[in-house]
Amino acid sequence: MTERRPDPEALLEQVREEERRARRGRLKIFFGASPGVGKTYAMLEEARAKRREGVDVVVGVVETHGRAETAALLEGLETLPRRAIEYRGITLHEFDLDAALARRPTLILVDELAHSNAPGSRHARRFQDVEELLAAGINVYTTLNVQHLESLNDVVAQITGIQVHETVPDSIMDQADELEVADLSAEDLLERLKEGKVYVPEQAARAIERFFRKGNLIALRELALRRAAERVDAQMRGYMREHGIRETWPAGERILVCIGPNPVSGRLVRAGKRMATSLKCDWTVLYVEAPGQRISASDREALVQSLQLAEELGAQTVTLSGLNAADEVLAYARSHNITKIVVGKPTHPRWRDKLFGSTLDQLVRGSGDVDVYVITGDVEGESARRRPPAGRASPAGEYWRAAFAVALATLVGFPVFRFLSLTDVAMVFLLGVAFVASRYGRRPTIFASFLSIALFDFFFVPPRFTFAVSDVGYILTFAVMLAIALLISALTLRIRAQADAARERERHTAALYAMTRELAGCRAQREVIAVVERHWTETFRTSVELLLPDQEGRLRAQASGGQRALGDKELSVAEWAYRHAKPAGAGTDTLPAAAAFYLPLLTSARSIGVMSLKGDVRRFEEAAQRRLLEAFAGQTALALERAQLSEQTERTKIEIEAERLRTSLLSSLSHDLRTPLGSITGAATTLLEDAAISPDVRRELMETVLGEARRMNRLIGNLLDMVRLETGALQAQKEWQPLEEPVAGALMRLADVLKDRRVDVQLPSDLPLVPVDAVLMEQVFVNLLENAAKHTPAGTPIDLSAVARNGEVLVEVADRGPGIPAGEEERVFAKFYRLPMSEAAGGVGLGLAICRGIITAHGGRMWVEHRPGGGAAFRFTLPIGSGPPEPVPVEDEVAQSHE
Amino acid sequence: MSEPVPVVLLIEDEPQMRRFLRAALSTHPYALVEAETAREGLAQAAGRTPDVILLDLGLPDGDGIDLTRRIREWSTVPIIVLSARGWERDKVAVLDAGADDYLTKPFGVGELLARLRVALRHTAQGASGAGEPVFTVGGLRVDFEHRRVFIDDREVHLTPTEYKLLAVLIRHAGKVLTHRQLLKEVWGPNAVEHTHYLRVYMTQLRHKLETEATRPRYLVTEPGVGYRLQAE
Repeated sequence: MTERRPDPEALLEQVREEERRARRGRLKIFFGASPGVGKTYAMLEEARAKRREGVDVVVGVVETHGRAETAALLEGLETLPRRAIEYRGITLHEFDLDAALARRPTLILVDELAHSNAPGSRHARRFQDVEELLAAGINVYTTLNVQHLESLNDVVAQITGIQVHETVPDSIMDQADELEVADLSAEDLLERLKEGKVYVPEQAARAIERFFRKGNLIALRELALRRAAERVDAQMRGYMREHGIRETWPAGERILVCIGPNPVSGRLVRAGKRMATSLKCDWTVLYVEAPGQRISASDREALVQSLQLAEELGAQTVTLSGLNAADEVLAYARSHNITKIVVGKPTHPRWRDKLFGSTLDQLVRGSGDVDVYVITGDVEGESARRRPPAGRASPAGEYWRAAFAVALATLVGFPVFRFLSLTDVAMVFLLGVAFVASRYGRRPTIFASFLSIALFDFFFVPPRFTFAVSDVGYILTFAVMLAIALLISALTLRIRAQADAARERERHTAALYAMTRELAGCRAQREVIAVVERHWTETFRTSVELLLPDQEGRLRAQASGGQRALGDKELSVAEWAYRHAKPAGAGTDTLPAAAAFYLPLLTSARSIGVMSLKGDVRRFEEAAQRRLLEAFAGQTALALERAQLSEQTERTKIEIEAERLRTSLLSSLSHDLRTPLGSITGAATTLLEDAAISPDVRRELMETVLGEARRMNRLIGNLLDMVRLETGALQAQKEWQPLEEPVAGALMRLADVLKDRRVDVQLPSDLPLVPVDAVLMEQVFVNLLENAAKHTPAGTPIDLSAVARNGEVLVEVADRGPGIPAGEEERVFAKFYRLPMSEAAGGVGLGLAICRGIITAHGGRMWVEHRPGGGAAFRFTLPIGSGPPEPVPVEDEVAQSHE
Repeated sequence: MSEPVPVVLLIEDEPQMRRFLRAALSTHPYALVEAETAREGLAQAAGRTPDVILLDLGLPDGDGIDLTRRIREWSTVPIIVLSARGWERDKVAVLDAGADDYLTKPFGVGELLARLRVALRHTAQGASGAGEPVFTVGGLRVDFEHRRVFIDDREVHLTPTEYKLLAVLIRHAGKVLTHRQLLKEVWGPNAVEHTHYLRVYMTQLRHKLETEATRPRYLVTEPGVGYRLQAE
């Protein structure tokens, strides 16, 4: 064996598998050939040994069957009380899964893996309970007999003559971490049976006798050992794969098992599994459905079960639709590189083959280089024959119409008989029958045929007006008429059925496409919900509810009208489906007593929600409906995931934007706060350290310190105002006041900044009072004037004016500087926006944003225009409505007082 | 013999602030007493009977308004509060509780000394009883006896209410008066909510007395608080 680099994909899968296992509990199966070999005993012994080592062991359920030695081993082990379930008046005691999950031991013992739980339990089968325990991280010991294995079930039945119905999927055994075979030779076992040490249920005594024949026991033992050996082989291969040891893989085989709607299919599927396992290859199970084919309910049931079995055993299942089964099978085989085809031996009588052609024959002849394996069907169970398509039951109206057509033919027959021959009349009747066959169902056609024959006979065949026939040859005519009628009828029915099936498929596809297309246009989750609801309800014609997890992870029903909390029972079923990513509820194996069918919506990563369908859910067991359900579920999950991701992207974008703003703010703040500080520190240190400075320079430095300190004060004021604006803490305390007061305040505060320039203030003396917050309005003027001073050359004047007009006061602060660049008129009001040239002048770019915020808080508008003649003109409005509430009493001036 | 130096009680917890005030007042005839907490301040106010109190509103262990009220229970000593910009409502509250004036941080030495002067002058005036018959500041001259007002020697005619308003301002010249105080003194206690009366009359007064309404020499607006007549 040469060392080779392990295949990365396979290794990745292995790593994932190991990870999965690490989180899962470990499963050890005590495996045996038959009851009585000592599986439970071995399990208990080991459990006790573990307990002595200090492991937390709990007995979930152990059947002692009254054996004293087994019961003795139970002593000292903590045992979970069973759950009592009432069923049809009897109290059954089942394993309490919830108690086990709550107790969360390190190791739990669960006997008899194949056991079926009583109705009312969460799962139908005990191995499903064990699955849940393992998923929860609890280690499990369990016991299993070889006859309970799905793939060996029929083999064992053949050996022992007893069909065991409680089977366990092979996957459970294959995934088990450890397998211990409790082995006992046939002689020893029989010895024990004689000693009464083996459990024998009273009722089945005779069957047990048959079971415990030596030949049986030997065969079973071999089977068990061989199955265990297969497992070891698989482990070895895994080891080899891990270490890159190349092994000789057989040339890639691919097996195709063809099944039909009969119980034989189960056997075929199991045989396919065995073949696939021994050849170590992939296998597919194929069913070809004839359109319009009518199958009895039990046969359909068997078919569905066979398909489910196939999936459980690890096959890919495919259902095709076609008239000629052999053609479909061969086409599939060719396109999928099938190397072996497995079919069942024909069970129908030979004459059908002679008449209708043998599917098997066609298959074999057309198989080319593909091997065809023909396997024996089971003696038990009926085989279904392909009944010709029957179509729907015909309503009474059709019979009348058929009769009418025949009557019409009869009427036409008379003139024909007069001028042409009897054969032509026969043709007319044939035409009539053919017409009926093409339009109506089979029975009306048969009815029309017989009616035609009768009328033909009566009215036209000599002796006329009797039902007697003079020439026996006419019998042949009648027979031919009937045959043609039936043939045409069968043909048209088939075609119609095919057309119906095609239409149905097209409908499904169209429904899926319609939903997918609408979903593609949805962005927000609630849009998705609305679209999904509509389409599901329309397509499946049940009431549906989409369940999605809320903030805390609890499922809530989302309807376009809003959310709704679920009832406890519904919630528990829905949550089970959600967490385990498997369907649950009505019509499934898990919690079948629930009111609705819960289908989890799965994306590649996880469960994203659950769809609940109420109403008649048995329809969904049909393969085509199931496929449609799954397709819908898949698309819905994708759309939901996309909506969630898109919302996340939006949030992320906003966060990135906020982050950008923060960074920009921090950097500019840092610069703008440090710059005046730099001047102040510089000036102060110079004043401190240099003793020989002239008084003039000294004065200048100190003025610098003062000026810069004041600038920083304004800057900090701006920052604080911005914070207040942002957090909504900016409350405008409006009071009626004259505009000149805030203007005066601003001019005083900026006295040193404005000392080199003129500020022309034009406020009409009859300017009405404005309802403003004094401090905030002063700040607006401070910011506007400071901006004007910063952006214009020293010495240029600033104009401030106001005018009252229809319900508001319009204020303007204009400068004669370079103005605002074209196109930036809105952007200047944005936070942290600074014109490039103003960076030298300092400031963080908040002044205008704050002004606008304050003006907006007063109910006004602010904007900037270009001043004719050059420069920027900032304008804002302040609404004054109808003026202050109480008019001020007017007085006369008095030159002197009389008091 | 020289008069006793006015005692200034400074209740301020910030050491830098105290240092600055110490330095500012060191070259002026004031005796500075310092307290760091409200409790200490109260004790000192009672024990040392200062002539003026400088009270910081942001004391760690006490509410300036409360302290003002308590001092006002047994003393009329002028209280000047030091507070930051943006706390106008607190300033109004403490003025209404009995404080006389305020300084907004950061303030300059000039402002501080001006306020102290005003405060002490009013105490002196109060102690001496009557006010002056004629009030003069800059170009403004008001003859109380004859009820005549002159700006730069030109007579100005005021309505009775305007005159009353001006008189109130003069009576507290240099000190800030809240809207509420002005309304109460001029229009009576029932008019304290009609702030716009005050505004209108102040505007009228301003237009009559000032050369430039937006650069007032005498009638200063304290935004969010009230008005002040410059005393020098």
